[in-house]
Amino acid sequence: MKIHEYQGKQILREFGVPTPRGVACFSVDEAVEAARSLGGQVWVVKAQIHAGGRGKGGGVKVAKSLDEVKQYAGQILGMHLITHQTGTEGQVVRRLLIEVGAHIAKELYVGMVVDRVSQRVALLASSEGGMEIEEVAKHHPEKIHTVRIDPVAGLEASEAARVARAIGVPDAANAEAVQVLQGLYRAFVEKDAMLAEINPLVITAEDHAIALDAKFNFDSNALYRRPEIVAMRDLDEEDPAEIEASKFDLAYIQLDGNIGCLVNGAGLAMATMDIIKLYGGSPANFLDVGGGATTEKVTEAFKLMLKNPKLKAILVNIFGGIMKCDVIAEGVVAAAREVSLTVPLVVRLEGTNVELGKKILAESGLPIISGNDMADAAQKVVAAAGGQQ
Amino acid sequence: MSILINKDTKVITQGMTGKVGQFHTFHCKSYANGANCFVAGVNPKKAGEDFEGIPVYASVLEAKQATGATVSVIYVPPSGAAAAIDEAVAADLDLVICITEGIPVHDMVKTRYKMQGKKTVLIGPNCPGLITPDEIKIGIMPGHIHKKGRIGVVSRSGTLTYEAVGQLTALGMGQSSCVGIGGDPINGLKHIDVMRLFNDDPETDAVIMVGEIGGSDEEECARWIKSNMKKPVVGFIAGVTAPPGKRMGHAGAIISGGQGGANEKLAVMEECGIHITRNPSEMGRVMQKILKG
Repeated sequence: MKIHEYQGKQILREFGVPTPRGVACFSVDEAVEAARSLGGQVWVVKAQIHAGGRGKGGGVKVAKSLDEVKQYAGQILGMHLITHQTGTEGQVVRRLLIEVGAHIAKELYVGMVVDRVSQRVALLASSEGGMEIEEVAKHHPEKIHTVRIDPVAGLEASEAARVARAIGVPDAANAEAVQVLQGLYRAFVEKDAMLAEINPLVITAEDHAIALDAKFNFDSNALYRRPEIVAMRDLDEEDPAEIEASKFDLAYIQLDGNIGCLVNGAGLAMATMDIIKLYGGSPANFLDVGGGATTEKVTEAFKLMLKNPKLKAILVNIFGGIMKCDVIAEGVVAAAREVSLTVPLVVRLEGTNVELGKKILAESGLPIISGNDMADAAQKVVAAAGGQQ
Repeated sequence: MSILINKDTKVITQGMTGKVGQFHTFHCKSYANGANCFVAGVNPKKAGEDFEGIPVYASVLEAKQATGATVSVIYVPPSGAAAAIDEAVAADLDLVICITEGIPVHDMVKTRYKMQGKKTVLIGPNCPGLITPDEIKIGIMPGHIHKKGRIGVVSRSGTLTYEAVGQLTALGMGQSSCVGIGGDPINGLKHIDVMRLFNDDPETDAVIMVGEIGGSDEEECARWIKSNMKKPVVGFIAGVTAPPGKRMGHAGAIISGGQGGANEKLAVMEECGIHITRNPSEMGRVMQKILKG
């Protein structure tokens, strides 16, 4: 689960990481009032959306007067901000962060991830602040310093100080940088984050270390014990279909194609998308109904897929293990009746009670096309959707 | 023969008395030699009771001492599952199979740290378990699709493992053992570890390796295969069509920063001599072709 920059900075401050003074705003008037109360001569008006690359997209402006704050806030609020992470339609800006400007001497990068190989939290730090870490990794891997952190000892001060020196933090700011790194690590672990980035971490002309940005992604498996993080969720930033799916415990991701897929198991669901593509079709979604697919879940899954205006056909691919095929077949028939299906439906069943399941489908009187195996079903659904793309 | 488990393995079930644990314990006990294999359950509040004739003990250690079991399977809910693994490790079991899906990743980081230097081997979490056909099934896979034979199967996904097994069985090729290593980013045995075991198993002739997007475990395994594997390997990777930055159901299945893509994985695997297929419906047939020479 992602959160906004201003929320991320709130968490960082709780863990002793300095950030610029700032106020989150929902209107132009609020933005001007925020700048006035913050004081000073220079303010930064920052669009708050979950996607990165906001600056390049025109979502971050430096204002040198209250009039400019008003002007920029008016331009940015409500705009469709397009970045490399939003897709071509962009994301509507509904929130702003107004911050006091900083005298930047150096821009650095620090981030944390859960490293699969070492099975530890890894600190990544680089002198190349403001750039995406993926780009630095590609072109200047030698500039990335990595520390795999011992989960019992935590990030030790000596280690943090060494990394700070390695990425070019001046000695006068080293102690503050250590505070930033240790605070980031504690926030990362104590709030159950999967990814955290401060990009850039700036060293000011006065030798202070300040987090100028904050990005967090939290482990959805741990949200049950982090109500304070759940409270930060912004549904406006999420795909409505994916929100609807999560209510029914369905894993759903909308894609660009026209063939809906309903599958049990994440791996088989991906493989089903792949085989549709292999036979010249294009999947409309990823949808994993999980191990305990009830009639209700299957019905909701059909409704979700049918909301997509591009949909031309549906492929149901179920390998019934613990789930019996006859139960699934009954669910599919009931769901197809309830939603009065308007597109061709291809069903491939395999596993426990498969013959009984096929019989239920055949005797339902519904125009269901039966697939014998994955390849057969994929070819039939591609044809039903109007052939190869 | 087989890898990791066989008909003589004695198993403790952690979380046996819950709804999920009861359901799967019943099916595991009914499969092949299961009635002799599943010897104990653990629940501190229900010690002294039994389920289907399997006695419940207060702790893993007590269950081990009373029955001589060396393996445990875990169905404990996510919030307590990492602690359940810790308990099995502290009791010095040989093998722990954690079926539970949805364990917080930081819990697993701590658990894996505590496992350093211990003898216990972990499979999972978030996995279907493992099976040696006609001998023993530990986990949630449908037993009846399997057939005893000489092909090993290792996979990160549940139903896609069944797909591979179903194809092999339909073509008359049985399996030595099938191992689901799970879809989480922080887990126990990796592809490479299971591949080593299959390589050393005299009753495994060839292996199907099923991977998916995310991480670099498949690439690492492929490089090991290139210089060490004596048996043919067929490979498939799910997620060629998966968009970057989206978590595809499994916590571990995400392409991030250009890393972990299916095409990149397939390219490395092919270069390392693995017989790859891009068609998930062809895993069995590719294997058949190779074995016929």
